[in-house]
Amino acid sequence: MPEYKKPETKQEFDTNFQQIKPLMNETEAYYESSRCLFCYDAPCVKACPTGIDIPLFIKQINTGNPLGSAKTIYDSNYFGFACGKVCPTEVLCEGSCVYNLQNVKPIEIGRLQSYATASAIGKDKIYFQPTENNGKKVAVIGAGPAGISCACELRMYGYEVDIFEGKENPSGLTIYGIAPYKITNEEVLSEIDYLQKQFGFRISYNSRIESKEDFKKIEKSFNAIFIGIGLGITGRLKIQGEELQNCIGAVEFISELRMNHHKTHVGKHVIVLGGGNTAMDAASESARMGAEKVLLAYRRSKEEMKAYGFEYELAKNAGVESIFNVSPVEIIGKNITEGVKFARTKIVNGVFEIIPDSEFVLKCDMVIKATGQTKHKEVLLNIDHLEFDKKGNLAVNPSTFQTSNPHYFSAGDIISGGQEVVNAVADAKKAAKGIHKFLSGQSV
Amino acid sequence: MPDLSVNFAGIKSPNPFWLASAPPTNSGYQVMKAFEAGWGGAVWKTLGVPIVNVSSRYGSVNYRDSRMIGFNNIELITDRPLKDNLKEIEEVKKYFPEHAVITSLMVESRKEWHQIVKDAENAGADGHELNFGCPHGMCERGMGSAVGQEPEVLKIIVGWVKEVATKPVIVKLTPNISDITEPAIAAKQGGADAISLINTIQSIVGVDLDNFVPYPVVDGNSTNGGYCGPAVKPIALNMVKNCAQHPEVSLPVSGIGGIENWRDAVEYILLGAATVQVCTAVMHYGFGIIREIIPGFESYMTSKGFKSVSDMTGRALPNVTNWENLNLDYKIIAEINKDKCIGCQLCYIACEDGAHQAIGVGQNGTRVPFIIEENCVGCNLCSLVCPVENCITMVRKDDGKKIESWKDRTKSGRIPTTFNDPLAGGIHHKVPEPQKALKSK
Repeated sequence: MPEYKKPETKQEFDTNFQQIKPLMNETEAYYESSRCLFCYDAPCVKACPTGIDIPLFIKQINTGNPLGSAKTIYDSNYFGFACGKVCPTEVLCEGSCVYNLQNVKPIEIGRLQSYATASAIGKDKIYFQPTENNGKKVAVIGAGPAGISCACELRMYGYEVDIFEGKENPSGLTIYGIAPYKITNEEVLSEIDYLQKQFGFRISYNSRIESKEDFKKIEKSFNAIFIGIGLGITGRLKIQGEELQNCIGAVEFISELRMNHHKTHVGKHVIVLGGGNTAMDAASESARMGAEKVLLAYRRSKEEMKAYGFEYELAKNAGVESIFNVSPVEIIGKNITEGVKFARTKIVNGVFEIIPDSEFVLKCDMVIKATGQTKHKEVLLNIDHLEFDKKGNLAVNPSTFQTSNPHYFSAGDIISGGQEVVNAVADAKKAAKGIHKFLSGQSV
Repeated sequence: MPDLSVNFAGIKSPNPFWLASAPPTNSGYQVMKAFEAGWGGAVWKTLGVPIVNVSSRYGSVNYRDSRMIGFNNIELITDRPLKDNLKEIEEVKKYFPEHAVITSLMVESRKEWHQIVKDAENAGADGHELNFGCPHGMCERGMGSAVGQEPEVLKIIVGWVKEVATKPVIVKLTPNISDITEPAIAAKQGGADAISLINTIQSIVGVDLDNFVPYPVVDGNSTNGGYCGPAVKPIALNMVKNCAQHPEVSLPVSGIGGIENWRDAVEYILLGAATVQVCTAVMHYGFGIIREIIPGFESYMTSKGFKSVSDMTGRALPNVTNWENLNLDYKIIAEINKDKCIGCQLCYIACEDGAHQAIGVGQNGTRVPFIIEENCVGCNLCSLVCPVENCITMVRKDDGKKIESWKDRTKSGRIPTTFNDPLAGGIHHKVPEPQKALKSK
């Protein structure tokens, strides 16, 4: 540290946040697609939550048919481009590529997928023609991956779809929550625009639906409602000093970074609390924003971190240091964050314990809490008859994605507690089928 | 160190690696550069009455990420005046007296043949190669493969050449014929000292899908070309073998067709070639590929104890026989190495859809397929599609005591002769019920 100079311009920001999965050119795509073995009953397909026929789309790239390839991808996954860039392919399709068993580099499926879909988006290639309106209307709350995917599918059955989005941009976490080196804002928005042109759903921005009255109104005007509002703001740690200036939540930090780029404030010495993928992102991003020292602090051991190994590596390579088995006790400072008081921890018989009298202070001028998000419970309680699972997530029927209130369906982070974009896309498509079955009596 | 030098029907060269008559031997500049690089001989780009060429001239077959696995040309013989070529031949021989310079020739009349042979020899040519092979353009004018396809005409022209030639005469054969040994025998009868094969195969390498014209495109039209490169090697090897084995041919063979590395060269020589000629690989990578060919070839010779190239020539020929002599009692079946298997299941689907339904999947919760021994006919397909070296091997199951060929069984009257003969080879083979192919019943 510091490996990155603080970016002063958008251009410098883009340099520091260079895409880790850059778009392939035609030659690279051709050579890479040549390597695919075209496995039978391919493990990569099984590893993909949306079940894309990966060997087929790769072969189509190789035979000079990128638009046919993109069709194969979009048939299974409406976020074909975004998923190619933001999916944790290392643990999904690419992680299951048989080449791994031979210690040969797996096929770069994600980048090939983005290559094919980018060519379709670039040419405004139309693959889908929504069915003529069937006279029924569905409201989709939240224009994230789940909401958009559900909307696309519903349009194919002929439903009129209105999406209500609380923020000013579509695609939810894809634009507000993904690290900028995975996908650019322009890329995200161009795919959504491309989908909207084909499917013709409507999106109302800055239209938060949250009160009892809001829901009552929606219920009256729509035959069914899909809830895809994801997770909320970073939850409170309930420790002293949390309200100090420069002690912020990771999702809020990342959202700010995605919107304001180099203008985002980052301290010189940053401590990131947490051990999940969001913590890795926030740490890596702080380093790329030119912080002199970034320390990742996790209350359990390195091995217990929920983050993917490759995400941890990415953070380390950006210059992030880490400390394990420490739990924050207090954020120190007068008005502004000046440090974190930690206590050391240990695991006794699988139970997490604080070691008495082990407290110490680490100085910093910024704390980023990547310690989990709230679950919009206060909003959901405004809908009648909803039930929740043991973890506090909204409960749905696993095959139809119908909630305990029959007019409401849901998918995405709000039912899973926080998964990948691709999971939301896959589940929401099934939810659309569930809605269609509910409204038409037909199975699909 | 093994001795690489060869004496090919009287033509001496420091090694058996020659450049074939083609664009790489179009000029003295190129041939000198090739000899500097290590090539032992060169067959000059065919001399004759200079022609006029078209553009473009080449087309290619690419397979996945490999370019030019097959190559096609519609170029004709030399377009340079004879005197320029002869002057350069003389100069090359001055600098490289130990190297072989062979003049490829193609003219029409007896008078022309006499003249050009004499001219070539005066320039210092070590031998001649008669181009009876070119299957595009020149054949329309009664030369090239038009001669190679008419053994009687071929014989007469070889006779004309032999009337004046004092240097060895090689006849280059066209593969565009049903039995390659017929022109080879005619060459022998005409008095040729050696044969070289194959020349290119008539071909269309592909079609421009937008403009409906095959490649190469010449102002909106195309014509058939001559096919060469790695893709033709199997065809050429078989023809070399046929000529080398035929008792009435009995001539030294120079092998040509898709040679790119030392392995290819060794294969040709094991099947009866005394020298080899290379073109496409040089057109792809340049003369420098010789630096891979020579050391690889030498270390192979050393490892097998071959002292000279002639020791190797035809070493595989005794093991190539007619089908009817193959042992019907030799039984092998496939075996999958579980530790090496990566679970691509290509062997499964190849056998399931393309062969004998002798591989199963889904056992023990792994992706490793298993062999259904009673169905395996030992065809080898699985081991060919397997992307892992030595993962699928063929294991011998018979005790090797019984050796019986089709010929033997024919003699003893134990071959199927009627449509429903119980002696049918596949009579006990387990074939699934057709309906089992239907997914939903």
